[in-house]
Parts: sequence; structure tokens; C-alpha cells
Amino acid sequence: MPPTVALTVTRYRPERESEPTRQTYEIPYRKDWVVLDALNHVKDNLDGSLSFRWSCRMGVCGSCGMKVNGTPKLTCATFLSDYMPGPIRVEPLDYFPVVRDLVVDLTDFMRKLKQVKPWIIRKEEKAPAEGEYLQTPDQLDTYKQFSMCINCMLCYSACPIYGLEPSFIGPAAIALAQRYNMDSRDEGKAERLKILSEHDGIWQCTFVGECTKVCPKHVDPAGAIQQYKLTSATDWVKSLLLPWGTR
Amino acid sequence: MMRRITPLLWLLFSAGGTVAALLFPVHLFLTGLAFPLGWLEAPRYEYLHRLLTHPVIRLYLFVLISLPLFHWAHRFRYTLYDGLQLKHLTVLIAALCYGAALLGTASTAYVLWIIP
Amino acid sequence: MSIEPPYTLYHPRWYRRRVSVWWWLQKRSYTGFVLRELTSVFVAFFAMVYLWQLHALTQGPEAYGQFLARLRTPLFLALDTIAFLFVLFHAITWFNLTPKAMVVRLRGKRVPDWVIVGLNYAAWLALSGVVAFMLLRGR
Repeated sequence: MPPTVALTVTRYRPERESEPTRQTYEIPYRKDWVVLDALNHVKDNLDGSLSFRWSCRMGVCGSCGMKVNGTPKLTCATFLSDYMPGPIRVEPLDYFPVVRDLVVDLTDFMRKLKQVKPWIIRKEEKAPAEGEYLQTPDQLDTYKQFSMCINCMLCYSACPIYGLEPSFIGPAAIALAQRYNMDSRDEGKAERLKILSEHDGIWQCTFVGECTKVCPKHVDPAGAIQQYKLTSATDWVKSLLLPWGTR
Repeated sequence: MMRRITPLLWLLFSAGGTVAALLFPVHLFLTGLAFPLGWLEAPRYEYLHRLLTHPVIRLYLFVLISLPLFHWAHRFRYTLYDGLQLKHLTVLIAALCYGAALLGTASTAYVLWIIP
Repeated sequence: MSIEPPYTLYHPRWYRRRVSVWWWLQKRSYTGFVLRELTSVFVAFFAMVYLWQLHALTQGPEAYGQFLARLRTPLFLALDTIAFLFVLFHAITWFNLTPKAMVVRLRGKRVPDWVIVGLNYAAWLALSGVVAFMLLRGR
């Protein structure tokens, strides 16, 4: 195996350039290294000015999302050996404004996440003295997959609809809304329906399916969205046929 | 207004897509390829004309043609909107697509109604 | 774009790339997606051909004969072949994606995707058989 590999990294320094540029570093090749290791090697030994986000380096915090050779990936879970002989191209996530180098601004997602109210909503809370909310394993199974989301934003970066229509609420937000909608302890479906049934809610999605493909935690946001389309449509039919109200 | 009819449009799209997926391959294969190319013998005019007199057949044909048209309208509208980035024409595109589907549906209903 | 924090004297200039109108050619999966969406055009095409056939049927045997002759022309044979391929692509992608939207739970457990897909293909075969039978018995 060759001793080094070329890492081509997007640089963007707003204080002195108006467009991103590319810079190539020769980094040592180790077969157990991930792209994050390579980036840290660059920062520690070659170029301390390189800016990027990372935290847990084990695929649970969602901080290190970047594009590797054009595909959104968690750099802590992407092995150099899969891209040999290189060069390996590292770019910031698509469809988010680039703040500096590989760092993007995620305010848009944070705002959208808050809009879907990702918490248990109950009309009346049970007093702690009454005991816990009970849930069977089957009830857990209905939403568990969607609860695995680590907010890494790879799905937003893969979704062409989000790129074309930045007001689209996006895959992760809808998947997390579904995680709560389908939780047996939750009673907030109607509240979330308001924001999700807007034109920029679920109906913008045309089931491209790229979000599910890139999700590192196998959340299947595309599935969550299609399921919600069906429940939303059936609820609509029910409300038409039974206008005196079911809920 | 959007919130009220979008679920309906999506339901029409889904129903139309299912009808097209389940029934169009065989119909297209027979009517468009097998019969014209002589691979299989085409049904006689008298037989088809007799079939058309059954109200169930007419209902089947109405569903067969009108639902896939709405499937096309919904899908094509989003393809133009996203694929060609024609956001500023969104109302026009929607009107043209669903309008065409309505026109096709009306024509189908008319043709099937006036059969003696 | 979406919400922007107010720019201050010390707020850096963010870089936003415009999405190219050729975005769908930049990745194979995007192109496949657009092709899948374009199948709807051929679905509409065949719906119109069928409507035309119905109309011809109501206008008498001569009109119907003309319709059949038109279908035998190279133009229509070519169009119908392409349409058939696209309609098949639509059917296959549609059946494979159905279990994503229709999650069926039996006795608390989710029915596996391949069962839903299999049921769709089975229905496809059965209905195709019925249609073929109905059309072929009139020869």
C-alpha cells in the first residue's frame, strides 16, 4: 500500500476570498484511519487553519457530516481504505450556507426541528405518583427506527428537493415528527399536523429516496414521510366523511 | 386552500399510479404491440362493442383512463417545478396539469356515456 | 433562502451555492429518479391512446379499422415500445416502493416488506391474466 494519499479539501476563508477553493494535502495512509483522522492529521501537522466540526468520533453525535467524493458521509465512519488509491475529495455538506472551510450553518434545520415539536405532547401529564407510562415492545417498535436520528444532516444534504426549495421542512424533521406521532404516549398529532401539512411540509417530498440511502443510522426518513402522507390523507378523508369530529 | 386539496391530489396520484402499475403493462403490451404486430389475434370489433355495453366495463374503463391521468398531472407538475426550477410558474403549471387531467376525465366520461 | 441571522459588522460572509438546473444529471440516482418521474408522461400517453381507441370503437367498424391501422404504423409501434418500457419501469419501481408507504401491522408485528411487494406482483399477474383473458376470448 502506498505510504501517502492525496486529500483534496475545500477551503473557504471569507475574510480573503469570495468563492471556495481547493487545497490538496499529502497525508500518510493508514489502513485503519477514517477521513476524520486524516483531517485531524492535517490540522495538527500540516495546516492548523483548516476548520471542521467533529466530536464523538464514533458515529453518535452527528457533528462530522461532510461530503466525501460527492456523497454525504460521517467522516468518523468513512475509511480511507475504501477510497484508495485516492485522491479523496472532502467538501462541506450541500445546501447549507458555508461558514468557513468545511463548516456549515445549521440554523435552518434547528428552526425547523423546533417547529415540529419533537417532544411528548400530552393533554394532561400523569403525576409521578401514578407511575410510569407503560409501553409494550411492539408499541416501541412502531417508532424506534425514527428515534435513531442523530441530527447529522446528511439527509438534507442528499435531498435535491431541499436544495431546490430551501423552505422544505426536510427529511429529518419529518422523521422526528413521526417518531413522536407514533409514540403511544404522545397526544400531539393534531398540533404537528398543522406545520407538516403546509405546502412546504410533507407534500414537497417526491420520494427521491436519497435521504434514506445516506442515513448512517438507518432511520429511513423517506419511509417516515410516505407513511405520514398516507395517514395524513386518510385522516383528511375521515374528516371529510365525519366532519363532526373523531379526535 | 392548499392544505385542503393536497391530500386529495396525493390520493388521486397514488390511486392512479396503482392502476397504471397493475393494469397498464398488460393493456399496453396487447393493444400497442401484440395485436398490431400480429403476435396474438386481436379481438373482433363486434366483441369489443358488445363489451362496451356493460356498465361494469364502462366503469372499469373510466377508472383505467382517468386515474392515471391524475397520476400524471401530479407527478409531472412536481417534475417541472423541481426539475426545471420553474417556481415562478407554479400556479400556471398546476392549472395546466390538473386542467388537462380534468379535461381527459371529462372526455372519457362523455365517450363512455354516449355509447348506445 | 431560509431564515438568516442579522448581519453585523463582524458577521462573516457565508457562501451559498446555487443549485444548477442540471442537478439531476450530476448523480446517477438523481437521473434515475427523474426518469422514474417521467414515466408518468408515457402513462398519460397511453391513457390518451386508450381514450382514442374507445372513441374509435363508438364511431363504427370503419373508424376502428382506421385506428388499428394507425397503431400498426412504425411511428406508433416505436412510441408504444418506448411507452411499454417506461410503464414497466413505473410498475416495478411503484411495487418496490409501496411497502414504504403502506406499513401493515399484523398482531403488533410489522409485515415484512417483501410480503407487500410480493402481494403487489401477485395482484399484477392475476389482473393481467384476467385482462388478457377478457381481450383474447373475443378473437
